[in-house]
Amino acid sequence: MTSALVAHQITVHYDRQRVLDRVDLRIAAGETVGLRGPSGSGKSTLARVLALLHAPDGGHVALDGQRLAGVRHRLPAAVRTRVAILFQSPRAATDPRLTLAELIAEPLRATGTPREAARARARELADLVGLTPDLLARRPHAVSDGQLQRACLARALVHRPGYLLCDEATAMLDASTQAHLAAVVTDYQRQHGAGVLLVSHDAALLTRWATRVVELPAGGRPTG
Amino acid sequence: MTDLALPARLRRPLFRPGIVLASVVLVAAVAACLAAPLLWPLDESAVDLARTRLAPSWAHLAGTDDLGRDVAHRSLYGLRVSLLVGAVAALVAAGIGGLVGTVAATCGGRVDRALMRVVDTIAALPHLLLGIFIVAMLRPSLAAVILSIGLTHWLSTARIVRSELLSLRTRPFVDAAVAGGASRTRVLTRHLLPHVLPRIALATTLMVPHAVWHETALSFLGLGLPPHLASLGNMINDGQRSLLTGAWWASLVPGLLLVAVTLALAALTGRWRDRLDPRVRAELHL
Repeated sequence: MTSALVAHQITVHYDRQRVLDRVDLRIAAGETVGLRGPSGSGKSTLARVLALLHAPDGGHVALDGQRLAGVRHRLPAAVRTRVAILFQSPRAATDPRLTLAELIAEPLRATGTPREAARARARELADLVGLTPDLLARRPHAVSDGQLQRACLARALVHRPGYLLCDEATAMLDASTQAHLAAVVTDYQRQHGAGVLLVSHDAALLTRWATRVVELPAGGRPTG
Repeated sequence: MTDLALPARLRRPLFRPGIVLASVVLVAAVAACLAAPLLWPLDESAVDLARTRLAPSWAHLAGTDDLGRDVAHRSLYGLRVSLLVGAVAALVAAGIGGLVGTVAATCGGRVDRALMRVVDTIAALPHLLLGIFIVAMLRPSLAAVILSIGLTHWLSTARIVRSELLSLRTRPFVDAAVAGGASRTRVLTRHLLPHVLPRIALATTLMVPHAVWHETALSFLGLGLPPHLASLGNMINDGQRSLLTGAWWASLVPGLLLVAVTLALAALTGRWRDRLDPRVRAELHL
C-alpha cells in the first residue's frame, strides 16, 4: 500500500469555465508539498477536491492507494477524517454559535466520542496550538483571527489526520502566529508522518517550509 | 445623562421601556384571556335589546354594541379566540413550512424541484379562495379555521427555510464539519437548523396577526366562526354596522386591542431574535 493522497487527472469546471485541466498532484506521507499559483488558478479548488469536499468533473482522488468514489457524505466518516483542511478565513470556517472548546471537540463529538473524553482532548490540543484555557469558553466573535485560526488548527488535528491541507491558512495572520502554527504543523508531521499541502501565493513561505513546490498556472496544467 | 445614573442592571436592554411595555401588554392580555371565565363569568353572547349602542360609561367601560352586548366583556372573550386561532394556525403553518423547506433543501434534486413546484402552484392560487375551499370541505369550527389558515400560509416559511439552508450549506464551516466526520443529520441539526430557527420563530410570530386577520375575513364571509361567537374579527365586522350611527367604540375597542397585542408580540420577537445572535448579544453586553 502506498501512503499518499493523490489527485489523478483532476478536471473542474465552474459554469463551463475550466478551472483545473487534468491536474495530477501527489502528497506522500511525511512530505510537505507547496502549491503555488496566481489567484484564479484553481489552488483552492484543488485543495477542496483533495479534502474530499468537491466532486471533480473528471479524474479521481486516491487515498493510500485506494481510489475514492464520491465525496462528502458519500464517503464514510473514517475516510473523510483522514484528510483535514485548514481554510484561509477562520471566521468563515467556524460556526459562530459554538465556543472554541466546543469547536475543537465537535469532530470528536460528531463521530461518537463521549463528551468528557472529547473535552479533555480539546484542552490538550488547545494547549498544543497555544490557546489559553480562558479563551476556550469564548465564541468566535470574541477572539482574534489568529486565536481563531489556532482553534481551527486544533480542530483539524483532533482526529489525527494522515494529511493536512492548508489553504492560505496563514495569509491573514501576523508573522509570529504564522511561525508558531507552522512549528505546530511541522511537529505534528514529524510525530505522525503526515503529508502536508501548503497552498500559497507567497513564494518565500513555500521555499522555507515545503519539500517541493508545484506551480499551478491560470487555467492550465501544473509544472514542477 | 439619566442613562449613566441608572445601575448597570437596569441599563440592560431587557429593561428598555419599549420591551417592558410590550411584556406588560402581552402578559396582561394572556393573563386576562386565561382568567376571563373567572373574572367575568357572564355569557358574553347574551343579547339585551334595551341597552343597544350605549356609549362608554362606568357600567359599560367600552359601551355596548348594536345588540346590547358589553363591548369590553366581549372583546376579552374575542381576544381569547383570536389569539388561539392566530397562534395555533401560525404554528401549524410554520411546522408545515419548516418541514417542507428542510426536506427540499436537504434532499435536493427531484424532491426539491417537485416540492418547490407545489409551493409555486399553491402560491399562484389566491390563498383566501383556497382557504374558503378548505373550510367549505369541513364543518365550520375553530379547527376548520385553524386548518384552513395553516394549510395556506406555510409557503413563505418553506421558501425562507429552503433558501437559508441552501446558502448556509455552502459556508466553509459546514465544509469543516463534513471534513470532521459529521453525518448529514448532525450537520443539519447542529450547524444548519439552529441558524434558521430564529427566522422561523420570527416568521411564525409575524404570522399571528395575519392569521387573526384571515380568521376575520373567513368569519365575515360566514365561513369562519359562527357570528355569535366572539372573536376580534367578528366584533370589528359587527362594529362596522354601528359606525354610521356614531357608535365608534364597538369596532375601535377590539381593533385597538388587536393592534396593541400584535405590536407587543412583534416587539418581543425582535428582541428574542437579537438575543439569539451571538454577535448582537456581545454588542448588547449581556
